[in-house]
Amino acid sequence: MNIIRTSTRTTARVTLFAAAAAFALAGCTAAAETPPAAPAADTVTVVDAWAKAADGGMTGAFGTFANDSELDATLVAAESDAAGMVELHEVIVDENGQTVMREIEGGFLIPGGGSRVLEPGADHLMLMGLAAPLRAGEQVTLDLTFSDGSTTSITVPVKDFAGANESYDDGHGGEHGEHMDGHDQ
Amino acid sequence: MSARDRNTDSGRVRPSRRQFLLGGAVAGAGAAAAIGIDYATRTGAASAPAPAQVEQIHGTVTVPFYGVHQAGIDTPHQAHATLVGLDLLPDTDRDALRRLMRILTDDAARLTQGRGALADTEPELARTPARLTVTFGVGEQFVARAGEAAPAWLRPLPPFSVDRLDPQLSDGDLVMQIAGDDPLAVAHATRMLLKDARSFARLRWTQHGFTRAYGSEESTRTMRNLFGQVDGTANPRPGTPEFDATVWASGGWLAGGTSMVVRRIRMDLDGWDELDRVGRELSVGRTLATGAPLTGSDEFDEPDFEAIGASGFPVIPDFAHMRRARGDGRERIFRRSFNYDAPGLGESVSESGLVFISFQADPDAQFVPMQRRLDELDLLNQWTTPIGSSVVAILPGCEEGGYIGETLLD
Repeated sequence: MNIIRTSTRTTARVTLFAAAAAFALAGCTAAAETPPAAPAADTVTVVDAWAKAADGGMTGAFGTFANDSELDATLVAAESDAAGMVELHEVIVDENGQTVMREIEGGFLIPGGGSRVLEPGADHLMLMGLAAPLRAGEQVTLDLTFSDGSTTSITVPVKDFAGANESYDDGHGGEHGEHMDGHDQ
Repeated sequence: MSARDRNTDSGRVRPSRRQFLLGGAVAGAGAAAAIGIDYATRTGAASAPAPAQVEQIHGTVTVPFYGVHQAGIDTPHQAHATLVGLDLLPDTDRDALRRLMRILTDDAARLTQGRGALADTEPELARTPARLTVTFGVGEQFVARAGEAAPAWLRPLPPFSVDRLDPQLSDGDLVMQIAGDDPLAVAHATRMLLKDARSFARLRWTQHGFTRAYGSEESTRTMRNLFGQVDGTANPRPGTPEFDATVWASGGWLAGGTSMVVRRIRMDLDGWDELDRVGRELSVGRTLATGAPLTGSDEFDEPDFEAIGASGFPVIPDFAHMRRARGDGRERIFRRSFNYDAPGLGESVSESGLVFISFQADPDAQFVPMQRRLDELDLLNQWTTPIGSSVVAILPGCEEGGYIGETLLD
């Protein structure tokens, strides 16, 4: 994964330089050189994914999303039979200095040639309204939708985890709170 | 310490140190005079081979996890081991056992290969596995809840008169041996596995053990216990037909597995201190320096049990541990023990002993007769006391995508 992250930074920098050059020369037809786009669902792979065990209410799912394409991909939605609703959450520091998690606007961008890590205390998939307890060692299937409309499914193991308590089951549980505070980070 | 040991010490460590000091001095003086500090630093680093010879980094060395057999049995003896025994919680049924073993298998597969487990909060501690292995064994209760028939031997050993067993150091429905050359990696793996077992089982006992540090001597050397004795000379060699016949079980869900006997044997070092060297050697039947039988000169010489000494008594006494353990030589086991050394209790300056571990296809046929003979007569019994005992079935290995326990649970 280190290699992928490194190449992410490199690619991002190269892209920036390319953009600057394009502006300066004002004549580059970059679009013509773009290869036909493969569906994001085919170029994004999810590794080391897992979901946190929970008796009910809400829980989080995590993993590393790697994008083999040179083009950016954006995860815009997720669903699961195990949950009434799945939201894409980010964790930010609000204007009061409080660390809070909230639904991310526009989805999770996974840079071309790079990756995005979903982990406790940061970006995560929020499974809300669990249909049944998620017990350690079970498998949860998540249906993922990307901004180009392509979809894929991943099956991830459930693990006990002491962290990632934040506000998954603090009384807001089960309802559609698009902004939940009380984050522990 | 034998002559060979002493030679090893003077032959390796001292010249290395000398080389190191000399190398540093030469590089420092020459460079400082000619070029300057910056160059000196680089020259020093480039021209000092001595530290590289002394400090060989092996933290990333791994033992394959997947295979017909689990690792940690025929693996060359590692320096450290932690063994844990767990009791299944009342509601851990067959389905839960499957979930448990899938998780633990995934943890072990990752950790032994130098990767953090899923949801590992300290993945940095997993990066230097140093031959980490995790070996899973199951007790009678585990097999019963899996709904399978257990082999007849899968139960506590019959009682022996020498036993002073503490139930809190004995038995266990699930036993894990976590072994490796890096104690930090072993500790991390142990905690990760125990955290992931918490919803299914309760920790019953933990035992820590050690042999020599990695690199102190060849890992093929027979280990020494805290009595100073070589321990495991009679082992069949891994990779030989003798080893396979001794260790691996065949048939049913246990095919490719084996059994593990774990005995915590307290060693009375204070009492042992009162015994002179001759008495110590007679109690075992081996020379302490080389481990050779009293009738031979090399550790692996066949003992001559018929030999009679000048006094008219057998050279290897009737009460010698080696003679008693061997019997007629039909029963063999594969010993892979670790020492323990805990703070002393009361007046004693140490509380020490052996985490005795043996692998054998059938403990009733191989281990029990041997232990009966030792129970009846073995001079070593005077200074050794079994205080913990556990027998588990070591599950077969698995291929990638499978899990340890699948032959029992699928």
